[in-house]
Amino acid sequence: MRIALRIALAASAALLTLGVAQAQETLRIGTEGAYPPFNNLTSDGQLVGFDIDIAKALCDEIKVKCTFVAQDWDGIIPALQAGKFDAIVASMSITPERLEKVDFTHKYYNTPSAIAVPKDSTLKGVTKEDLAGKTIGVATTTTHFNYASKTYTDSTIKGYPSSPEEQADLANGRLDAIEDDIVVLQQFLDSADGACCKILGQPSPQPVEIFGPGAGIAVRKGETDLVNKLNSAIDAIRANGKYKEINDKYFKFDVFGAES
Amino acid sequence: MSITAAMVERPPPRARGWPRSRVIGYAMVGFWILFGLGIVSYLIFAWNADFFAKYAPAYLKGLQTTLLLVCISMVLGAILSVPVAYGRMSANRFLSGLAYCYVYFFRGTPLLVQTYLVYYGLGSFRAELGALGTYLPVVSDWFQIAPHVSVPAGVTIEWFTLWDFFKDAFNCGVFAFALNTAAYQAEILRGAIESVPRGQWEGAASLGLHKLQTLRKIILPQALIVALRPYGNELILMVKASAIVAIITVYDLMGQAKLAFANSFDIQAYIWVALVYLVMVEILRHGVEWIERRITIHLKR
Repeated sequence: MRIALRIALAASAALLTLGVAQAQETLRIGTEGAYPPFNNLTSDGQLVGFDIDIAKALCDEIKVKCTFVAQDWDGIIPALQAGKFDAIVASMSITPERLEKVDFTHKYYNTPSAIAVPKDSTLKGVTKEDLAGKTIGVATTTTHFNYASKTYTDSTIKGYPSSPEEQADLANGRLDAIEDDIVVLQQFLDSADGACCKILGQPSPQPVEIFGPGAGIAVRKGETDLVNKLNSAIDAIRANGKYKEINDKYFKFDVFGAES
Repeated sequence: MSITAAMVERPPPRARGWPRSRVIGYAMVGFWILFGLGIVSYLIFAWNADFFAKYAPAYLKGLQTTLLLVCISMVLGAILSVPVAYGRMSANRFLSGLAYCYVYFFRGTPLLVQTYLVYYGLGSFRAELGALGTYLPVVSDWFQIAPHVSVPAGVTIEWFTLWDFFKDAFNCGVFAFALNTAAYQAEILRGAIESVPRGQWEGAASLGLHKLQTLRKIILPQALIVALRPYGNELILMVKASAIVAIITVYDLMGQAKLAFANSFDIQAYIWVALVYLVMVEILRHGVEWIERRITIHLKR
């Protein structure tokens, strides 16, 4: 009896805290933290980057409190579905496969994919024939990985858990090339470790069926209300100059891409 | 004296009714049964023939890689464990200290860290590793003596560097795993040998057998019975730990599951892989039990 009472008390306490949390309107945002300059964990455990700043601006716009959760890329969609957070702001490309599992807002940026190679590489181009027989490193569960495994069928594709690992292996010579977002590659090449390497080119064409229209914010299926709020917030920060302010903090050009 | 001993050995009478511990026990078992049924019903409910047809061949390939990795690492580890165990039991302070440090490091740090150190750590010493090398014979020509049967016909000597070895992710995995399991196996071997009573050594010495003979003919046959269970456990741990190599780009069973999940976003990818590991572990467990029954027949009363 006493145990039952205790369980009931604990349960009601848990419900109460849940109620309080909902009353404050907190939006929990999941991100990766290994994809600079978009999202990155600093050495003291702070999440920083373009995605983080955009998310904060959007939260201000829809007047909710934001909290951030760092989550490994592989498990980021299951974690969203399991309710560990309410939205993914992690440079996630809007793709048909992902749309089967989650709902997306409009894009909030769109940058092309590119190939980087060591500076002394003899590679001439980035076509299937150019890279035949070579080893290409790509982070798995990404549009770049899907593109590489469909396009470079005569090459060996090595899958990495996140971008820093693939960059490390390009620098130490295990890979002939890596494919990633051009902005992410540029950030790596500008760092000390990236001095080894250069951008060779951009694969072309970059089909929208694989790469999607750009990076959007993912929410659980059916949360249309949240999607609408975020969409109007994206439009609002584009209009009021907040987006430009954040954009210019990180990039020399507008990463939003063509207006849709 | 014997009467009291008999009284002590008798188990306590079974409790009547529904004491708290029994209620909790039944509730726990019920919970686990429900949990198991839940997984089974999920798999039946989520059964997707396309998924199976698409990814089963990849899983089989991954299974092959996993088995190869575990087998090679276990054998290399077993070979390496002999000198380490010898060092641990040595009266020589220097040798035993060295072996102790080896075991201390590899048992005291996560295998994941060791794998990362080998793969990415050694990766940053590319130039140094590329300078160290040796000439090795390589079969350059095969002569066919019958259909599907060839013998080496020509051999060339080629220069191989350490980097050629460590460039490959699979080699790095085997290297890290062999070093790790050698530490554990050395401790198993040492424990088993030391579990044989001293009197056995003394008896053998009095019969005029020298140390190596004693070890081979008297000590090891008894020690290995003791060691069988721990060896089985180590093998099972290695099978499960081998999933670690998936993050250094080896497409083992886990690597293939990650790939299947990346393409489908279907959690089935991981449930199936868990089941395959479970079946492997069950087979190994029963195998070890069978061997133990066979080799301990003489101890049965």
